[in-house]
Amino acid sequence: MMGALLETLDVHKQFGGLVAVSAFSIRVESGEIVGLIGPNGAGKTTSFNLITGVYKPTRGRVLFDGRDITRLALHDITRLGIARTFQNIRLFKDMSVLENVLVAQHMRMGTNLFEATLRLPSYLRKEKHIHEQARALLAEVGLDALEGDKATSLPYGKQRRLEIARALATEPKLLFLDEPAAGMNPQESAELMDFILKIRDQFQLTIVLIEHHMQVVMGICKRMYVLDYGVTIAHGTPEEIQKDPKVIEAYLGAP
Amino acid sequence: MGMTNIKSVSRNTWLTLCASLAGIILLFVIEENFDRFTMQIFKLCAINVILALSLNLINGFTGLFSLGHAGFMGIGAYTCALLAMTPAQKEANFILQPIVPWLLDVHLPFLPALLASGLVAGLLGWLLGVVAMRLRDDYLAIATLGFSEIIRVVLTNAQPITNGSLGLKGLPRYTTMWWAWGSAIVVTVFLVLLIKSSYGRAFKSIRDNEIASEAMGINVFGMKVLSFAISSFLAGIAGGLLAHYLTTIDPKQFFFLKTFDILLIVVLGGVGSITGSIIAAIAVTASMELLRFLDGPLNFGFMVTSGTPGLRMVFFSALLMIVVIFRQQGLMGTSEFSWDALARIGLLPRRKRSHRSNGKTGKERVE
Ligand SMILES: Nc1ncnc2c1ncn2[C@@H]1O[C@H](COP(=O)(O)OP(=O)(O)OP(=O)(O)O)[C@@H](O)[C@H]1O
Ligand SMILES: [Mg+2]
Repeated sequence: MMGALLETLDVHKQFGGLVAVSAFSIRVESGEIVGLIGPNGAGKTTSFNLITGVYKPTRGRVLFDGRDITRLALHDITRLGIARTFQNIRLFKDMSVLENVLVAQHMRMGTNLFEATLRLPSYLRKEKHIHEQARALLAEVGLDALEGDKATSLPYGKQRRLEIARALATEPKLLFLDEPAAGMNPQESAELMDFILKIRDQFQLTIVLIEHHMQVVMGICKRMYVLDYGVTIAHGTPEEIQKDPKVIEAYLGAP
Repeated sequence: MGMTNIKSVSRNTWLTLCASLAGIILLFVIEENFDRFTMQIFKLCAINVILALSLNLINGFTGLFSLGHAGFMGIGAYTCALLAMTPAQKEANFILQPIVPWLLDVHLPFLPALLASGLVAGLLGWLLGVVAMRLRDDYLAIATLGFSEIIRVVLTNAQPITNGSLGLKGLPRYTTMWWAWGSAIVVTVFLVLLIKSSYGRAFKSIRDNEIASEAMGINVFGMKVLSFAISSFLAGIAGGLLAHYLTTIDPKQFFFLKTFDILLIVVLGGVGSITGSIIAAIAVTASMELLRFLDGPLNFGFMVTSGTPGLRMVFFSALLMIVVIFRQQGLMGTSEFSWDALARIGLLPRRKRSHRSNGKTGKERVE
C-alpha cells in the first residue's frame, strides 16, 4: 500500500481541563486538496498547530512522508516541507512585503554569517536569486507592485495573499491554509478557489484547508473532515458530508 | 530604467565617499584644535555609539529585552586591561594579593587585547544565551540583569585575577581618538551589513512575530543566541576601549545602572534604528557634559541653590518619560538615514525616477 503524505494517528490535545482535539486521525494523499470544517471552537486551528509543530500533542503521532514528526521543532517541520498560513494573520509587521517573503527563504538559502556580512560574491549570488524568486512569487499573488510597502499597510485580503506567498517561499510539499477566504466577498472567494487550484498544480502541492465559506470548500475539496468539540464527526466527499445527519446537527443544533 | 538606477547608485556612492572624507578631515581638525577635555568627550561619544548599537541589535532588532550590558562591558574592560598591561604595571597594582602567575606575564598589543575582550564577552554571551534565550520578556530581562550583577560580584571578589575592589590603575592610554572612532565606524559598518543581510531579516522577523518566524523555517532559538553573542562581543569591545580611555577601572563602574544609561540612548534614538542610536549616543554624551552645571549651584537671579549632584540625571529621566509617553518610537523609529530619504524631504536634489522603480542593478537594491 502506498504511504500517505500525511497521516495523524489518534492525536489528542488537552489545554488544562479542555480537550481541544481528540482521536484526530486523518490521511492526506499526495496532490489532494482536503477540507477541514466545523463550527467555531471545534479544534480546527488546534489540529493545524499540532501537525505543523506549534503545539505538541498530548498523545498520538504525526507522520509526514513516512517520517514521525510528532516531536520535531516547528522550524524543522517547515524544513521537511510543511508550510502554513495563520487564521489571525501573522505577518512581520515592521518589514516590507518583499522582506516578508525573503525571510521565508533564509532557510533554503544555505548561507552563513561570515559570507553574508562580508557580502562575498557567493552570498550576493544567492541573495540575487532569492530576490528574483521572491518577486516571482509576489507577482504570482499579484503583489509585485507593492513590494516596498510595509506588510501591515496592505488591505486585509492582500495580507492573506502575502501570507500564502510567504508560505510558498519555504518550498513546501504540503500547505495548510487556515481560513484563506475569511473576510472575502463571493467574487474574491471564487478567485481564491481558482488561485488555490493553480498553485496546487504549479508547485505540485498537497493542500489542507480550513474554511467557513462552504462554497469554497465544496468547490475545491474532493474530501473533507468535519470536527465538532474536538471530535471528528464525519469524513467523506462533499456530497456525503452535506447529507450527513451528524454534520447537519452540529451546524444547526439539535434537529 | 537600468541607467537611472546606475546613476543614482553612483550618486549615493559619491555622496558617501565625500561624507566619509569630510568625516576624516573633521576628526583631524578636532584632534588638532581641541583641548584634552573636549577630546575626551569626543572619544566617549564613540564608545557610547558602540554600546548603543550593540544593545540595539539585541533589544531593537531582535526584540529581546536584555539588561546585561554592564556585565559584558565589565568583562571586556578587565580582559583588555589585564592583557594589555605590562607585568610591571600589574605587579604595582596587585598589592593585597599577587596576581595569578599565568596572567602576570601576558602582555599583548592593544588590538589583540581588544579583540580578545570581545571574544571573551561574546563567548560568555553565547553561554548565557543558550541558557537564557528560552525565557521570554521580563524573565529574560531579570535573568540578564542578574547575570550582569554576578559578573560584578565576581570582579569584586576574584582578587588574584581582577585585584578586587581596588580595581586596576594606570592602564596605558591606548584609546586615542582614532581608535575610538575607528572602532565605532567599523562596528557601524558591520552592523549595517549584518542588519541588511538575510540574518538581519531573520532577527527582525523574530522581533515582529516569533511564531511566524519559526513557522517560516527560522531557527528562532539559534538566531536569538547568535544575536545575543554578537551583541555581547560588541559590548566587550566597547568595554575594552572604555578601560583604556579611563585608564582606571574598578567593579563599581559596571554596576547594572550603567545598562540603563545605554538603554536611555537606544530608546531616545529609536529602538531598531542604527542611525537613531548613533545620533542619540553623541547627543546624550555631549549633553551629559554640557549639562554638568545642573549638578552645581544654580543661580536663578532671585535665588541661588546649593549644588544638587544628580540633577543632570533627573533631566534625562524626565526626557525619557516624555519620549516614552509622547513619542515612543524615539527620534528615528525604525527608519534609517539614506541619501534618498534626504532627497525625499528636499535637502538634496531629487532623482528623476521614484525610488520604487523596478530596475534592479546590483547590490544597492538588495535590502
Ligand atoms: N493555547 C490555548 N490554550 C487554551 N485553550 C485553547 C488554546 N488554543 C485553543 N484553545 C481552545 O481550544 C478550542 C479549539 O480552538 P480552535 O482555535 O482550534 O478552534 P477552531 O475550530 O479553529 O475555531 P474557529 O473556527 O473559531 O477558528 C477552543 O475552545 C479554544 O478556546
Ligand atoms: Mg480557527
